[in-house]
Amino acid sequence: MTEGENLQPILSVKNLKKYFQTSRGSLHAVDNVSFDIEEGRTLGVVGESGCGKTTTGRTILRLIEPTSGTIRFDNIDINNLQKNDLRLIRSKMQIIFQDPYSSLDPRKTVAATIGEPLIIHKRIKDKRDLRERVLALMQMVELEERLYSAYPHELDGGRRQRIGIARALALEPKFIVCDEPVSSLDVSVQAQILNLMQDLQDRLKLTYMFVTHDMAVVKHISDEIAVMYLGQIIERAPAKELFEHQYHPYSRALIAAIPQMDLNLGNLTGTLKGEIGSPIEPKPGCRFAPRCDYFQEACSRADPPLQTMGTGRYVACWRANEI
Amino acid sequence: MSDNSLLSINNLATHYVTDEAVIHAVNGINLELKTGESLGLVGESGAGKSTTAYSIMGILPKLTGRIVRGEIVFQGKDLTKTSEEQMRSIRGSQISMIFQDPMTSLNPILPVGDQIAEVLEVHGTRNRKEAVEKAGDMLEMVGIPSERMHEYPHQFSGGMKQRVIIAIALACNPQLLIADEPTTALDVTIQAQVLKMIKDLRTRLGTSLILISHNLSVVAQLCQNVAIMYAGHIVEYGPLRDVFSNPFHPYTEGLLNCIPRIDVDKKRLSPIKGMMPDPSLIYEGCIFKPRCPYAEDICTTMTPGISEVEGRKVMCLMYQGLIPKKMSFDKVGGGTND
Repeated sequence: MTEGENLQPILSVKNLKKYFQTSRGSLHAVDNVSFDIEEGRTLGVVGESGCGKTTTGRTILRLIEPTSGTIRFDNIDINNLQKNDLRLIRSKMQIIFQDPYSSLDPRKTVAATIGEPLIIHKRIKDKRDLRERVLALMQMVELEERLYSAYPHELDGGRRQRIGIARALALEPKFIVCDEPVSSLDVSVQAQILNLMQDLQDRLKLTYMFVTHDMAVVKHISDEIAVMYLGQIIERAPAKELFEHQYHPYSRALIAAIPQMDLNLGNLTGTLKGEIGSPIEPKPGCRFAPRCDYFQEACSRADPPLQTMGTGRYVACWRANEI
Repeated sequence: MSDNSLLSINNLATHYVTDEAVIHAVNGINLELKTGESLGLVGESGAGKSTTAYSIMGILPKLTGRIVRGEIVFQGKDLTKTSEEQMRSIRGSQISMIFQDPMTSLNPILPVGDQIAEVLEVHGTRNRKEAVEKAGDMLEMVGIPSERMHEYPHQFSGGMKQRVIIAIALACNPQLLIADEPTTALDVTIQAQVLKMIKDLRTRLGTSLILISHNLSVVAQLCQNVAIMYAGHIVEYGPLRDVFSNPFHPYTEGLLNCIPRIDVDKKRLSPIKGMMPDPSLIYEGCIFKPRCPYAEDICTTMTPGISEVEGRKVMCLMYQGLIPKKMSFDKVGGGTND
């Protein structure tokens, strides 16, 4: 799909908030996040531990109930759906988890795990139909037929992740939240799974929200990237453009911190000072201010809005025009 | 062995023996580390990287881990023949090790300052006050204010904990530091801080380094030489820049090709087909053969020796003139470029 094509967003998230109540106050895990994803494309969501990327993904699927905000999927407002309607819509929205070791039921065979959604959603006629559908799914994710009755502990990480993908695909979803799907895999296997996910996207016209902390992976897989910091999207840009130029000082530091293979690029020069702040009862103003080299007093007065900086580019920084 | 050799590993093989199987974790490796050198040990899970480190440190699991042959000569002394008592005086003072997970490496019920002072006291600092003072200095050295020495591990973030662990490891000014995936559990900006710190400290203290990592870019930041491990063997070993810019062994080439990179655009990645072999089985021929795009029939039966090529050691029949050399491949990362 090419740039500029006017595609309908399949998912539209507006002012999404998720606050958790803790003994020390309200924890702002996701704080006023808005974005669209167009059909057939991949939005990469990156950020460091605790930035809210996983919570965002789960809140969209209502695996975690949002505090406020709207989530429209396929032109349906899914916030207000009741249990039965939610179940129907969930078959169109699936998730692939990070750890294929803990996300699979150790007592279920490969076939039982992949077939379970088909049974729950009553998508099969009889046992033979189930078997055929499961085998077709296994073939789709390149799992050997001989593993039909195998248990997860008999399989390596790559094959386990293929089971997770097959299960997510069972109900023919349109949209999949991929939550660090390759982070626990070795690089040679990671490449196999990334290629598989790209092939499936092309074949099945899938839309992905790809959550990861790995900048090289996100650049490779995404059309657009959203960078999160302490519960907020601080920059959004087409994937390649983000790596060419970053408007936000945090995105800049994040990309500068990635170790590179090419030693001539002179790495580890401008390392970011300090550490991520607390998401509990955050003070008003830019969340990144305490670590920012461009900090001015005005930065702590109010949250910077996500403003546009030209086609497809958005940044939340009070000084974006100067720096 | 040259005069300034610090560590020399010759034909080391380490197995884990259980009731069900014998795991051939390390299968005859050779390494040579000079004083002041930094060596990267790279490979995927199960390649034998950590087992190599445990063998050097003498901390293999007592019931199962066994060095079945070879020697580990550290400053002229074979560590495989050194008594546990002597090893205890070497560990922490002459060779130190940092582990991957900073969350589990520290004692949760002891202030961090005491944990640093403890190492100093075990290794000869008689005076408690002196040890505590030095512990404060060590904390400052890794960028933590010494006032925080009375705090407990849970009061520190992951990156800070790893700094404390580095302070403990370097407290006795060891000749050799073994770092096993020291930044894998850390966020990328914190990883950059820690890598930079290790780099600066090494320059300042002259500590030799063995850095174990699955991340080629992390190794590229700190190491002069690199050894690529696969299924318990070192398949390629040489100056890091040479190995990364022009890999000789098909596995090294595959490894470099399959990683996504931020400095190279690839439409598609080139994975290495198949899986690492089962370490409980014994193989004939080349261990990488089933996954190798250049393999010939002879690779199934003939185990490759180690060839010296342009200052590198490579374990592949290609360099023994027994199969044709690979013709050409994409040097910048491979894959399908845009």
